[in-house]
Amino acid sequence: MSQITELLSRAEALSDLSGQSLSTISRKLMNDGKGIARLQSGGQCTLKTLETAFAVLNELEQNFKPQQRNTQTNLQLSHIQRLEAESIHIMREVVAQCTNPVMLFSGGKDSAVMLHLALKAFYPSKTPFPLLHVDTGWKFKDLIAFRDRRIKELDLNLIVHTNQDGVKQGVGPFSHSPDIHTDIMKTQALKQALDKYKFDAVFGGARRDEEKSRAKERIFSFRAKNHRWDPKQQRPELWSIYNTRVNNGESVRVFPLSNWTESDVWQYILQEKIEIPDLYFAAIRPVVERGGALTMVDDDRMVLSKDEIVTKKMVRFRTLGCYPLTGAVQSKATTVGEVIRETLLSRTSERQGRTIDGEVGNGAGTSMEDRKQEGYF
Amino acid sequence: MSLIDKPYQTNLDMTNFLRTQNNKSLLRFMTCGSVDDGKSTLIGRLLYDTEQVFDDQIPNLAENSTIDLALLVDGLSAEREQGITIDVAYRYFATDIRKFIVADTPGHAQYTRNMATGASTADLAVLLIDARSGVLEQTRRHAFISSLLGIKHVVVAINKMDLVAYSQQKFNQIEENFRAFADRLNFTDIHCIPVCALSGDNVTKPSNNMPWYRGKDLLSLLESVELSSGEKPAEFRFPVQWVNRAADDFRGYAGTICSGKVKKSEEIIVIPSGNTARIKEIITMDGRLECAKNHQAVTLTLDKKIDISRGDFICSKASAPEHSDQFQASIIWMGEEKLFPGRGYLLKTCNHTVPASITALKYMVDVDDFSHVSAKTLGLNDIGVCNLSLGKSIVFSAYADNRTMGSFILIDRRTNKTVAAGMLNFSLRRASNLTWQSLEVGKRERGKQKHQKPAVLWFTGLSGSGKSTIANLVEKRLFDMGKHTYTLDGDNVRHGLNKDLGFTDADRIENIRRIGETAKLMADAGLVVLVSFISPFAAERDMARRLMGDREFIEIHVNTPISVAEERDVKGLYAKARAGEIKNFTGIDSDYQIPENPEIVVNTISLTPEQSAEKIVAYLKKNGFMEVVA
Repeated sequence: MSQITELLSRAEALSDLSGQSLSTISRKLMNDGKGIARLQSGGQCTLKTLETAFAVLNELEQNFKPQQRNTQTNLQLSHIQRLEAESIHIMREVVAQCTNPVMLFSGGKDSAVMLHLALKAFYPSKTPFPLLHVDTGWKFKDLIAFRDRRIKELDLNLIVHTNQDGVKQGVGPFSHSPDIHTDIMKTQALKQALDKYKFDAVFGGARRDEEKSRAKERIFSFRAKNHRWDPKQQRPELWSIYNTRVNNGESVRVFPLSNWTESDVWQYILQEKIEIPDLYFAAIRPVVERGGALTMVDDDRMVLSKDEIVTKKMVRFRTLGCYPLTGAVQSKATTVGEVIRETLLSRTSERQGRTIDGEVGNGAGTSMEDRKQEGYF
Repeated sequence: MSLIDKPYQTNLDMTNFLRTQNNKSLLRFMTCGSVDDGKSTLIGRLLYDTEQVFDDQIPNLAENSTIDLALLVDGLSAEREQGITIDVAYRYFATDIRKFIVADTPGHAQYTRNMATGASTADLAVLLIDARSGVLEQTRRHAFISSLLGIKHVVVAINKMDLVAYSQQKFNQIEENFRAFADRLNFTDIHCIPVCALSGDNVTKPSNNMPWYRGKDLLSLLESVELSSGEKPAEFRFPVQWVNRAADDFRGYAGTICSGKVKKSEEIIVIPSGNTARIKEIITMDGRLECAKNHQAVTLTLDKKIDISRGDFICSKASAPEHSDQFQASIIWMGEEKLFPGRGYLLKTCNHTVPASITALKYMVDVDDFSHVSAKTLGLNDIGVCNLSLGKSIVFSAYADNRTMGSFILIDRRTNKTVAAGMLNFSLRRASNLTWQSLEVGKRERGKQKHQKPAVLWFTGLSGSGKSTIANLVEKRLFDMGKHTYTLDGDNVRHGLNKDLGFTDADRIENIRRIGETAKLMADAGLVVLVSFISPFAAERDMARRLMGDREFIEIHVNTPISVAEERDVKGLYAKARAGEIKNFTGIDSDYQIPENPEIVVNTISLTPEQSAEKIVAYLKKNGFMEVVA
C-alpha cells in the first residue's frame, strides 16, 4: 500500500469513528481543508507534508479507539439497509407464493438495481425466474449491448419480446405519434408477452417518487384479466403482508423498489458498485436540438428536417427510453460520483427527459395514469 | 437540509456523501384528518420547503400566481375532479438527520380502510385539525385507528390558525379537547402544534404570528422524535419465508428477522416442531455474517438436518413464542361484502396462509365513544373484536408486543380480495397442549365394514327444482344395493337442529355450517350422506366441501330454470314470495349462485327424476364408491 493510500484509508476510518468530516480532519492533518480531497482525486503532496500528517494522525487516532464507537447506532439498520431488506422480502414472497414470476429487465439503472437485489435475495441459488425485455426496436444500441453482456456474464435466462404486428405495420416514433408508438410497441407488446408465457407475477422497477399517480400504486398491484389497473379497486396493503392470490388469467405487478427514491438508487449504485450502461455517463455524442430538448442520433433511421443540424455535444441520459423520445442533458459527469453530484443539484425531475409523459390525457399530468389503466407499466 | 438538498454544495466528497447518507435514520409517518383539514397542503409544504419539488413539476401546478401545494400531492385525476384525496399516497423527503416516508391518507369516511393501510407501517401519526371546527368525528376515528394499529407517537397539527386570528385560546381549547378524549387510547406521547400549512408557519419555520407558541416546529419535531426507546431487549424471531435449495445438500432458510438478533453457533428452536439446532452460517451475498439484527433479510443454515418449511419460526432457544389455532382478535373490515361469522376465509400472516373462520363476533366498537355494540356482522370500515378459529396452528405474538407477529389479513377465497386486517390479542387456549384423540377405529375402517366408501352427495338448486325427489330416488337405489345411507333434508333439519334459525343471509350461512358439520360426522361414521338443501351461496358450499375429505364431497347441481320451478311450485312457496308474504326467498328476492364446477349436473327438463338418479348412481359406481375399500 502506498503511503498516500494508507493515509487516506486511515483518515476515512478516523472520520467514521469520530464523526468529523473529512475536510475537518484534512485541516488538522495538512493544514488544508481540501488536501485530502485532492489526494483522493489523484493529487500529490511533498514527503514532509506526508510525514507531518501521519504524526498528527497517530495522535488523533489515540483519542478515538474503536470501543468509543456509539454501539447504539450500530443496532439499527440505516435507511438504505432497510430499503434493501424490504425489497428482498418482497421478491422472496413472490417466489414463495406465485407459480410463474418474471422480472422486467430493460438494462436501465433501476432494473440494474432490481436485478442486483434479486441476486442477493436468492443467493446462493440462481435467480429462480426469467427476465423479460420488451424491445420496441428503438432502444439505444449501447443499451442492448449492455443488456446482452450482463445477461451472459450472470448466466441468466432472458426473454426478448417485440410486437411483430407493430413491426409489420412499420410503427415507429417518426412515422407515428409518440403516443401510438408507445401504446403499440410497449403497452401492447408487454400484454402479448405476458399472455404468451402466462406469467402470474411481474416484477417492475417503478418507484413511487417518479410520478404523482405512481405515489398511490401498491407494491403488489392487482391486474384483471385484460391487464387493466383500476385505481379504485386496489387491494388494501397492510404491514408487509402481501396478498399474492390471483385467479386464472389475472396477475400481479410487483414493484420491489416502490419506496426507493432517485437519490437512494444512485447511492446504492455507488455503494454496491452496480454496473449501469455508459449512456448514463457524459460522452461526446451526436445530437440535434428539437423542441428545446437534445435528441441523440443513435442510427440512420433518425429523420432530420432541413434546418436541423447534427452537432457533437458532451451529454448523458437520465433515463433510457426509445432513443428518439429520450432527451439528453449536457453534462461533464463521467463517473457515478459526478452524476450524483449533478443529479442531486438538479432542479428538474427524472422523467422530464421523456417526451411522452405530458402528451396525452384530459388534463395536465394525467397521462401516466391513463396509460397505466390500459396496462402500461 | 441534507447534502441532497443543498444546491450550493458543489464539491461533495463521495465518501462523505455515503457516510452521511448511511447515518440517516428512517421515520415512517402518516398524516390524517378530516376532509379539507389541509393534509395535502401540509405535505406539499414539507416537500416544497425541503426542496423535493422539481422545477418542471411547478408549471402544471400553477393554477394562478400562487402555487397550489395540494395539487402537488393529489395524484389521481378522479381526486382532482372531486377535490378530495381518495387513496393513500406515499411521499419521500429527507433532511440532514432523517429520511422520511410519508403516507398521506384519506379523510373521507368511506375510505377509512386506506387510513388503516397507512397506519400499519407508520411509527408516528400527524393528525390534522381545522382550527375553525376543532375535534370532529373523523378526528376521533383516525386517532382511534392509529392507536389500534399500534402507533405510539402523535403530533396534532392544528391547522388554519390564520383563519382564527392566531388565537391562543382557540388552540388551547382544541388541545384540551383532544387530550381529554385521547386519554383512553394507547399513545405514549402527544404533541400539539398550531400551524398554517399554506404559509408554512410552524411547519418548517417558527411563526412570527404566534409568538405565544414556544415549542418546536413540525419538521424539527419529526427530526427529533425518539422512536421505540425503552423497549425491552427483544428475543430473536425469524419467520421462515422461503426454503433455499441451492444444491442437493444445501438447505438455507430465507427470511427477515422480525425481533432481536442472532449470532453464529447460537442455539435455536424451531416452532411449532420444537426441534433444536445451532446456527451454522448466516449467509448473504456480501459474505457470511457473525451476527444479524432486526429487520435484516438473511439466509440461515443449521448444523443439523431438520424439517423446516415456510410458516415456521426459528427462535432463540431461551424463550420460544407460542403457537395456537384459536384467537381473540381485533379486525377492521375492508370488504364490500359483509363479514359473516362461520364463513371460511384465508388468513395470511407474515409467512403463512391458513384457512380461518370467525366463530363469534364479540362486539363492534363505536369509534365515537369507544363503547362496545353487539353486532351480527361487520360492514365496510367497521371495527370489531371476534374469536377466530384456524385450520392450522400459527406461531404468534400479541400485536401489542410485536407488530409483525401479531398482524394478519383475511382473504376472500373466491374473489381473492383482501377483506379485513386484523391484530391478534391473545390465544383462546393453549392449542399446543391439545391433541386430537387418535381413534383406532377410523372412517376408513367403518366404511370398509359397510363395503362402501363414505361420501357426501350435496344436492343444490332452487326451491322446487326436484332436489328431494331425486335424492330420495338415489337413496332408495343405494339402499337396495345394500349400502348404508342417510338423507339430511332442508325441511326436516329446520324443524329440529336448526329451528332457531331464520332466513336472513347470516342465518342461511349458519344453517349450512351446521348441516356441513353434521354431514361430516355422518361421513366419519362411514355413511353415504345425501344432503338436499337450496344452499344458494358458493362460499358456503365451498366451506362444506372443505370440511370433507379429499374427493369425498360430490356437488350435484339440480338445474331447473326458475320459470319451471315457479310453475311447478309444489309447496306453493313461490306464490307466497311473489305476494310478498315470504321474504328472502331464493330466486325471487335472494340470490342463487350457480355452481361453477359441480361434480354432477342434472338437468330436470331433459331428464326424468329416475334418469337423474341413475346418472348419479352411475357416477358413484364409476368412481369407486360402491366397492369394498382394500
